[in-house]
Order: sequence, then C-alpha cells, then structure tokens
Amino acid sequence: MSRVPGAEDFPGNGTGPLFELPPELAIDAGIARRVTVDFIRNQLRQAGFERTLLGLSGGIDSALVAFLAAEAVGPDNLLCVLMPYRTSSDSSVSDARLVVETLGCGDALVDISPMVDGYFGAAADPGAAGGEGLGAGPVRRGNLMARMRMAVLYDRSVTWGGLVAGTGNKTESLIGYTTLFGDSACAFNPIGDLYKSQVRQVAAFVGVPESIIRKAPSADLWPGQTDEAEAGFSYPELDRLLFWMVDKRRTDEELVAMGFPIAEVERVKRLVATSEFKRQVPPVAKLGPRTTGVDYLYPRRRPGSARR
Amino acid sequence: MQPLRIALVQMAPRLGLVEENLALHHEMLGRAREAGAGLVVFPELGLTGYLLQDLAAEVSMRRDDPRLTELAASAAGLSAVVSFVEESDDHRLFIAAALLEEGSVRFVHRKLFLPTYGLFDERRFFAAGEVVRAVDSRLGIRIGIAICEDFWHMAVPETLAMDGAQVLVNISASPGRDLAAINEVGLGTAGSWRNLMRTYAQLTTSFAIFCNRVGMDETISFWGGSEVIAPSGDALFSAPFFDEGLFLVDAELGDVRRERVALPLLRDERPELHLRELRRILAERTQMSVDDAGEPVPGVEAGPPKGASPAADASPARRSERRVR
Repeated sequence: MSRVPGAEDFPGNGTGPLFELPPELAIDAGIARRVTVDFIRNQLRQAGFERTLLGLSGGIDSALVAFLAAEAVGPDNLLCVLMPYRTSSDSSVSDARLVVETLGCGDALVDISPMVDGYFGAAADPGAAGGEGLGAGPVRRGNLMARMRMAVLYDRSVTWGGLVAGTGNKTESLIGYTTLFGDSACAFNPIGDLYKSQVRQVAAFVGVPESIIRKAPSADLWPGQTDEAEAGFSYPELDRLLFWMVDKRRTDEELVAMGFPIAEVERVKRLVATSEFKRQVPPVAKLGPRTTGVDYLYPRRRPGSARR
Repeated sequence: MQPLRIALVQMAPRLGLVEENLALHHEMLGRAREAGAGLVVFPELGLTGYLLQDLAAEVSMRRDDPRLTELAASAAGLSAVVSFVEESDDHRLFIAAALLEEGSVRFVHRKLFLPTYGLFDERRFFAAGEVVRAVDSRLGIRIGIAICEDFWHMAVPETLAMDGAQVLVNISASPGRDLAAINEVGLGTAGSWRNLMRTYAQLTTSFAIFCNRVGMDETISFWGGSEVIAPSGDALFSAPFFDEGLFLVDAELGDVRRERVALPLLRDERPELHLRELRRILAERTQMSVDDAGEPVPGVEAGPPKGASPAADASPARRSERRVR
C-alpha cells in the first residue's frame, strides 16, 4: 500500500495546517475511500437502485459523502438537495453550491422556512402548533428543521428514484449530537464509522474544497452557532477521548492517567450512555415464536430484497 | 519436480445466491484449467456468501448434493478447494471446505473454530467440526485444509503439519477493519494475517496458501490480499486488496524438502512432550489426577491446581505425589 497521508500532506495555502489530526486517529485514507465508495455502490446495487441523494449542508460531512457518492455512481446519479432555513448562513449555501459545481452532480434547492414556520409560526402569527409554538426554543426548532429535511429527502427519493445516503459521523452519533428520525435517518451511511478528525482526513484526500474543511463545524440552527462552542469541546480532543474509551476499551482510571480530565471523561460517558437509544432500532415486545431483530435474523440485503 | 501452479480465486460471492456463485465457480475452474493450474482455491463460503444468518439453513447442501458432484466433474484434472454450508445427516450446519479431485468430493473439512465475538456470530448459526486431518492429494502431496478462524489457533496448523501436510491451505472470509495508519499495510486485519501465514509457513516449513474473499456482505468489506508463502516464510505472491481476480502462482514443491533438510524443525518436534503436558494441563483444569505419563488416574480426585507453585521446580515424582494427595 502507498504511504499513508496525514494532516501534514494537506498544508493548505501556507496558512497553517488544514486541520488538527491526533496521531492515533490517522487512518489510511486510500483504504477508507475504497471501502466507502464500494459500500455505496453495493448498497445501491443490492437494493436495485443506481441513484442516490443526500442533503448537502455546506459542511464537511455531507460534502465528503457527496464526493464519495459521485465517485461510486457518477455525478449524473447523484442528487444533492440544499435545504436552507431563512436564518441559515449564506456561506452554507455558497459552500454547498461549490460542491455541486465541483462534482457536476444534480442539485435542488428547497427552502424549508415555510414548513418550519408553518408549524411553529412566524413573527406574531401562530402556526399549526398554536400560540405555544411561537415560543419554541432552539432545540425544538433545530429538531423540526432536521426532520423537515428528512421528509424532503424521502419525498425526493421517490421522484429521483434513489436511496438517501446518510451523512452523520461517528463522533456525533456516539455523543448523540443528532436528531432522531432527522439528520440520522438514511438508507445507508458510508461515513458513520469515521470520527470527525478522520472525516477531515478523508475529505482532504478526496479533494473536498479547502474552505469547507477549514470552517468551524456547525449545525447552523441559529446564526453564529458552532458545534464546539455549543457543546464545549474541541473535535480532536473529543475524538481522542471517544477513540480510547470506545474503540480501545480504556477504563475511566486509565483515561485519567492518559491526561483526560475526569470531568470530561464523566461527561462524555454520560452523553454516550444517554444517547444509546438513538443508535438502535426501536425495541419490539417479544410475543410470537419469531420476532424481527431477535430470532428472525436475515441479511437486510437477502436474495429477493431488491426492488427489481 | 514440476512446479505446482496454484490458482487463487479472490472472488466476491453473492450473499445467498448459490446458483450465481456456482456459475462463477464453474467459470473459474475452466479458466484455471486453461491457465495450466494444478490446484484451485476458492474462499470461505464462496458458494453461499458469508453473512448468512438464518439463510444458512436455506443454502445448505449435503456432501452428496448433485451441485457439488457437478462442480467436482467440472474440476476434473484439477484439485479444487471449494467452500459451502454442509448439512449433516442429523441436520447440523457446518462451514465446510471440500477438496474436489478425480471428479468427486475427496475430503471435507468442517470449520473447527467458530468466532462468536466482536463482529462475528458464527456459533449461533453453525456447529463446530471435530476433526483436523491432512489429506493425500492426487498432486502427490498431503494438503492441510483449514478455514479462517481455524488458523487463529496454533494447534491447527501444527496438527496439520504433524499429520504430514506439505501445503497448508487457509480459506477465509476475513472482514477488513482497523484502518489505523500505523499498521504496516494500512489495515489491522491484513497485518495480522500476513504475520500468521508467514509464521506458520516458516515453523511448519510448508507452503502456506491464504485465499481471502473480496466484496461486501451488508456492512462488512472483505479485503482479499490472498497470498502464497514459501516454506522459508517468504511471500511468493500477494494479491491486491479488495480487487477481484484469478491469480496464478507457481510453487516449487521441491522447496519443502530443501527447507526441511536445511531447517529440520519438524524432525525436532516433540509431540509426545506436548501431548503429555497438555494432558497435565487439562487434568489440572478439571481437577483430575494424572500419573507421570499424563494419564488420568481413575477414582482419585486432586486438590485445586496450585497456580502459584512453579511446576518446573517440582520433580515429576513430587508433582504426581502432590496431586494424588
């Protein structure tokens, strides 16, 4: 195999390293690219589809999946749907457009403002939720935005004739920084086992535009929001902690001995435990002789499962 | 001695689609024959795909299944190792590898070690084989066949070599994982398998053949990287990662003799010592008494094993005395 690219291979335009890559999180980006591209191709083929679509936010995660999907099925078979809300930052849309232009893939713009405002209301006009909705806080609003985007994607999946590709990374999944049945809803997810730092590494490797790799990660649910400020962590540090805690099975004592603050260890452990439900399919009460997920166990892509 | 041309079929089986996989096997056997191969090796569960779960009982075959007989006929003039789900007369399901020679199923190896940890769940769906044997081949050599996890247990390649195998064949469906960049080949699994196969080839002074599948079942990618290792432990051939292909490798079988004369490790093996100590260890685990030959002493129960006392310091007489006390 060829030499493994690291952060130092992507220095940017002489303005310092493109991103911080903790050494233990460095992966062979060439293999990651090969596996994820093959994965997309296989998931589609086994389900009887040639096309895929995804919500393109202007951030690095969905940009990376767009690059991988374009490589897997060709840009003609990829639809990127831009779904800004009226408070979304202008750079989100312009960065998303840059991805679409670079790849030459299909795109669609759906302004979700009327959908969200139609429920919570806007200005002083109540929406479907009634007067109470006018006072909805950012978490409720953010969750609804994510679920409206999901609804749009699944509607477009019918008109486009493709499967929805997931764009969530391992870091946000493990700490539960996702909306259930919102941004985490998808037919398959090629990057769900890559930490944010690894997403950056692969994104740089496949040529995601530098402006997207450089900018601060944000759910863009309100102006000026960034993930790291909202949650009070830095991704490289959180990724390192999760890697040693989850992948390398280190105990709390060992993590503290490695230099992680005890308060941080406890907080992240709590986040992981309390979000367990978001990572699993809902439980079914066992009653019959054979129950899906318990003792009726078939490959998702079993023979005959493709739509044609 | 004419070199043996080995054909490694690094294929991507279709999960649960036996007819498609059979067709590919027939095609590959034809191509291998045209290319002058003597031994053709297909990967673990090449006829069915790996992640079968409840499909296992739907794709299983008896040893005398006409589809296997047809495949054996198609392999006439070759030696071929193919893999399928075997259903026994009492309806146990095994992950099996068949050696096809002279138009028939000459030998079947049933996977001995079924990983049921981490991403594996084999013991839930399959029964474990009970027998480890080398087999005489029409090629004039003895072959030791094993399946994937079998080679994560040293006793298997060791026993096959002691049973006279000059060529060890491991067929695998090894899922690629652990992409850490610090790994020599960028993939933790691949690094481990390379170490294992080189080590076994060298320690048994045998050829070691590793045939691993490619493609994907559900979320799992199989990484390929099939290899042929010479009795010196040096790689004769390493297939690319993830790519399908039929790869031909010429092996000088005379190298086995040369290596064993120069490096007589097998001559110096002491199976009786190994057996005696294994018997003692087993007896201690089950708290049975043993005599100096390691044979259990009937009717005498020993105390708990004295883990702290260094056995090497105790004379055999004192040890057995202590144990029957």
